Amino acid sequence: MPEEYSWPSREASAVIGKVHDRLDGVVKSTGAAKYTYDVNLKNQLIAVAYGSPYAHCKIKSLDVSGAEKTPGVVHVEVLPQGKKDTEIEWEGELLAVVAAESEAAAREGVSKIKITVEELDVFADESNLTAAEVAGRTGKGGGKAETVNEPGDDDDEDEFVEKELQRLFDESKYVLEGEYGIDAITHCCLEPHGATVQWKDGKLEAYLSTQNVSGTDEGFARDLELTADDVHVQCEYIGGGFGSKFAPDYWGIAAARISKATGRPVKLMLQRDQELKLGGSRPSGYIKVRLGADENGVVQVWDSLQWGSSGFRGGGVSHSVIPYVLVPPNYRRVSTTIKSNTANARAWRAPNHPQACAMSQTALDDLAAKMGADSYDVFLANLVNATNGKAEVYRAEMEVGAKLIDWKAKWHPHGKGPSRGAIVDGLGMGLHTWGGTANTSSCLLKIYPDGGVESFCGTQDLGTGTRTVCAQVLAETLGLEVGQVKVNIGSSRYPNSGASGGSTTVGAVCESHRRAGQDAVAKVFDLAARELGVDASVLEAVGGQIRDSANHQKRISWRKACSLIGLKPLEVTSNYRRGDESPLTDSGVGGVQMAHVEVDKETGVIKIKKFVAVQDQGLVINPKTCKSQIYGAVIMGIAAALYEQRVTDPQSGKFVNAELSDYKLARLGDVGEIVVELYEPDSERIRGVIGNGEPPAISPKAAIANAVANALGVRVPTIPMTPKRVLDALAKA
Amino acid sequence: MTDSKQKSAPKSGFSRRAFLRGSGAVAAATALQTQAAVAVDDQGPNVVRGETSLTLNVNGQDVNVSCEPRTTLLDVLRYHLDLTGAKPVSLDGSSGASTVLIDGKPVMASTTLAMTAVGKEIKTVESLGGEQPDEVVKAFVEHDAQQCGFCTPGFVVAVRAFLDKNPDATEAEVRAGLNGNICRCGTYANIVEAALAVVKGG
Amino acid sequence: MKAFEYAAPRTEAEILQVMSAEPGATEVLAGGTDLVGLMKKMLVTPDRVVNIMDVPTLKTIDELPDGSISIGAAVTLDLILDHPYLDVYPAVKQAIRGINSMQLQCQGTLGGEICQRPRCWFYRNGLGLLGTQADQGANQYHAILGNAGPAKFVNSSRIAPALIALDAQVRVIGPGEEDEAWLPVSEFFRTPRHDGQREHVLQPQQVVTHVILPPIAGRTCATYEVRDSEGPDYPLAAASVALRFDGFGIIHEAKVVMGQVAPTPWNSQEAARLLIGHAVDSQRAEQAGLAAVRMASPLSENQYKVQLAKVAVKRAVLLAAGQDPGGF
Repeated sequence: MPEEYSWPSREASAVIGKVHDRLDGVVKSTGAAKYTYDVNLKNQLIAVAYGSPYAHCKIKSLDVSGAEKTPGVVHVEVLPQGKKDTEIEWEGELLAVVAAESEAAAREGVSKIKITVEELDVFADESNLTAAEVAGRTGKGGGKAETVNEPGDDDDEDEFVEKELQRLFDESKYVLEGEYGIDAITHCCLEPHGATVQWKDGKLEAYLSTQNVSGTDEGFARDLELTADDVHVQCEYIGGGFGSKFAPDYWGIAAARISKATGRPVKLMLQRDQELKLGGSRPSGYIKVRLGADENGVVQVWDSLQWGSSGFRGGGVSHSVIPYVLVPPNYRRVSTTIKSNTANARAWRAPNHPQACAMSQTALDDLAAKMGADSYDVFLANLVNATNGKAEVYRAEMEVGAKLIDWKAKWHPHGKGPSRGAIVDGLGMGLHTWGGTANTSSCLLKIYPDGGVESFCGTQDLGTGTRTVCAQVLAETLGLEVGQVKVNIGSSRYPNSGASGGSTTVGAVCESHRRAGQDAVAKVFDLAARELGVDASVLEAVGGQIRDSANHQKRISWRKACSLIGLKPLEVTSNYRRGDESPLTDSGVGGVQMAHVEVDKETGVIKIKKFVAVQDQGLVINPKTCKSQIYGAVIMGIAAALYEQRVTDPQSGKFVNAELSDYKLARLGDVGEIVVELYEPDSERIRGVIGNGEPPAISPKAAIANAVANALGVRVPTIPMTPKRVLDALAKA
Repeated sequence: MTDSKQKSAPKSGFSRRAFLRGSGAVAAATALQTQAAVAVDDQGPNVVRGETSLTLNVNGQDVNVSCEPRTTLLDVLRYHLDLTGAKPVSLDGSSGASTVLIDGKPVMASTTLAMTAVGKEIKTVESLGGEQPDEVVKAFVEHDAQQCGFCTPGFVVAVRAFLDKNPDATEAEVRAGLNGNICRCGTYANIVEAALAVVKGG
Repeated sequence: MKAFEYAAPRTEAEILQVMSAEPGATEVLAGGTDLVGLMKKMLVTPDRVVNIMDVPTLKTIDELPDGSISIGAAVTLDLILDHPYLDVYPAVKQAIRGINSMQLQCQGTLGGEICQRPRCWFYRNGLGLLGTQADQGANQYHAILGNAGPAKFVNSSRIAPALIALDAQVRVIGPGEEDEAWLPVSEFFRTPRHDGQREHVLQPQQVVTHVILPPIAGRTCATYEVRDSEGPDYPLAAASVALRFDGFGIIHEAKVVMGQVAPTPWNSQEAARLLIGHAVDSQRAEQAGLAAVRMASPLSENQYKVQLAKVAVKRAVLLAAGQDPGGF
């Protein structure tokens, strides 16, 4: 066993930190990669679910006889929530599933289902706090106040805070009031949630679109009264998850039940509108802010009231990340939750952070506008309020970003830039933080006597490049080429590895694979040491050889060394448990982003000219896939800043734009020039690996909103900044 | 129009016969090649009902499949031929994920009825793979123009079709020309690079 | 999708043989970009689908003796975009280019484009095309003109405004086998007043076969769409303009037609009147835009579309006059 797990230095690394093509690039690009939707089992039924057309109702009857009689339909399963007297709380909630010989027949069967209901009051206007109060749909969301001066023993705490904040506002050189908001969006995975399942002989074979391969066997088992060993979950490839695919979900369970009932495999994937309605959404957030700053623009006091919704249970954006990253010494933040007739939210990349960033760094930028100051300088001055110890990193990243976007030359006071016809331009920035700690992970490594290397790990690839990272880590550790390592992931039969949520996957697999690699190579060293007549501690694995690090002539080939293993492969399983101190991984990243936009003042149309993202993530394993993660997060952020919006009809509660032609996402021509800079000085690299999938998705909304405000001289308060909102803001100004 | 016997012919005085004759430059349309279970009215056009056997030319091979009039080409590819590269992402084709080439042109298999593709050359993303993958595939890998990969096959076919028509495309043309597909992971920046790399390499 | 019969006629006569007189019983299939999605959602449930893509006479672009251009209903949009005959009608090409999806352009046809069903999301969600839900609900993309009746949706065609501005006609065959008719595109659309009416004037057994563009004859034209992204999403407002100038740069004929603002393409004679007798500058173009929306009656959420329609008209006028539209 090695004394300590560690990473090689930058200089000594042969594979880590080097660009490598995605190992599954060719199969993904040629259609050979099989996603859950693509798994066709012999004699399978195709199932389509029926969702409630009402957003809030009590079911009086659900008549599925028409569906049962539809040609091609084999089985109709009424779900528990489709039973009489159930209260349905959002539109689209699945009530029944129709399994048929073809998708067309299943869909026809669904159309024959008849429902009668007692309609109940609908509330879906999440942005409207007053209306929510009138409708009795609000709840206490918590809050917190902090002041430098503490109340005396006899003081009423609330009264003291009120007075103290007022005093601080009175003392402030600048006081800014604003209202900001960000609408709910959906995960909108291109591969919808769903499963292809086969129940056979009391065992369940489940191909599930999941970001939690190791955990969903238990999920199936629990609901189907099996034990997890009777469930095999597989997911070689997943078409997007973004925090929404951690469980089998009740429709996956329904598919399993239908398979049991019919004795046939069943494929049940959500239809597109169901994916948008049920597959996951991000809570909305709206806020009223008052802040006070000193003569340098450093915020000294913050007072905010926020509201929003995660669906019928209330929820919304957590107040704990308000104001975001830059937290003044005195603040009060209060939140109200709203119960809306919309489906329950699910974790959306970096939960709470994107909304918090958009709701508070916009206020900071408005402060700069009010001061007539350069936004960059105001952000810089407020780094003293950074609560995550990363002020110096942000300062350095701001410098890098400013150079890349040419901030000094392009910046102009808010609303005072030159115009070309109706077109004005502007700059804005935002900054973010995220944990990215490594998840629990185990890796089984097999080294065969012929030199072959194979790893097994119950993790998954969300597009992160998981396979490639695993192979790079093992290749580095064993002194081999990446192509010599066979990586197996995506099965619940493999050693447990945590769900891919919270930017924890690359850290997790780096832990387990580096550990397994180091543990295994130590055993190979022992064998080689005897052969070479040296102490195992002097050996290193480099370039397909095991050699004496001081005397390179003393060496044997990897293959030869492996032949010493004996007849059976050498097997090593190594683990990492989330939260354990480790030299291989760390937690806590930062990042700074800057946007340069153009706005057509007559139409309210916004275009991204250039977007710069500077991101730290500790040690970078593969700069190519790492950068791809950042490009992707930024592009998602652009979509959310400008286009994405769940539109719920206030009267019916219907999610009316739940189709891709109406639910607008960014297209290739919308994203402008994106520049990604990996910030990886030695001080960062030495920290080890930290996940970066989500953090770059946090700042784009604030950066773009601030750039639009800089261009127009007017704040477009609510995101997405549609032409309607831009024009409404201009009309109000 | 309530009054059917019409009114004003256009000023050209151009007659119904001119239309029926056509320009003469069009090849005769392929008759629907169906067998069995088909009710053919000898006096008129084919009318097909129910499960019908038909021949499709997919990736250079004639294949026989049995399907209904309502069966989409995408369902035939995915469920009958197990060619699952083209993806079902939206019901209305708005994502471009089901893009295939029909007679060389990019169309959505999800909104194409299988029967309308009889007699045409259908090429799917699978035809761009094999031992020697298409240069677009190679460029997608080299420029990492994919993440989860679910949209990627549709994008690869779209880029292939776009570059077939615009082999010397500029960056601006690439950015303007590939907006029929959606990627949720956000791989657009790398797709632009990949497409431009093919232009430069070609 | 409901099961249906499929017919693939090879001549116009054969088309009429398989069309049913019963409303909704037969649907004409061309590119399928709209119809197939609607059928999957069971919003359109025909007993029979008639594919007109195998009818050769519907697939050509021809120059007629008088210089008019005839385009078959089954001609795909990419062919129109690439066809030199259409170079003199930039308003048409700009509208097609705006669709911004190779796939939709290669698959979609001219006939399908003008006959597509409204994008109205109440309709697409099964709440019906007519009715009151759009009065107070999520009506940000709905009509600002011609919306006094039960129809609040906007006509979705992106090419029709250009065709109307250019005085194009459609050729329609049926219901009888010998019947045919030509009518101006401007008379092809109507605002339905009840569920029995479609958004156009065709009877169940009538089919659009051709669109005929009269010779450009010295006119200039342009289409300007306000689109919030580069995707194939429908514009928020659009306008097509055709102008005839005299030798001194003065307009003496003008047509201004807005799209995406009313249940039909909206021909604004007010805007046209303001242009006639004047040279084009941005002030005059702006006035035309103002005139075009003077009668606008926005719904609860679409006041902003009044501004967008005004700008679309202004910019289309400037473009048609060969001037800088002054925005994206």
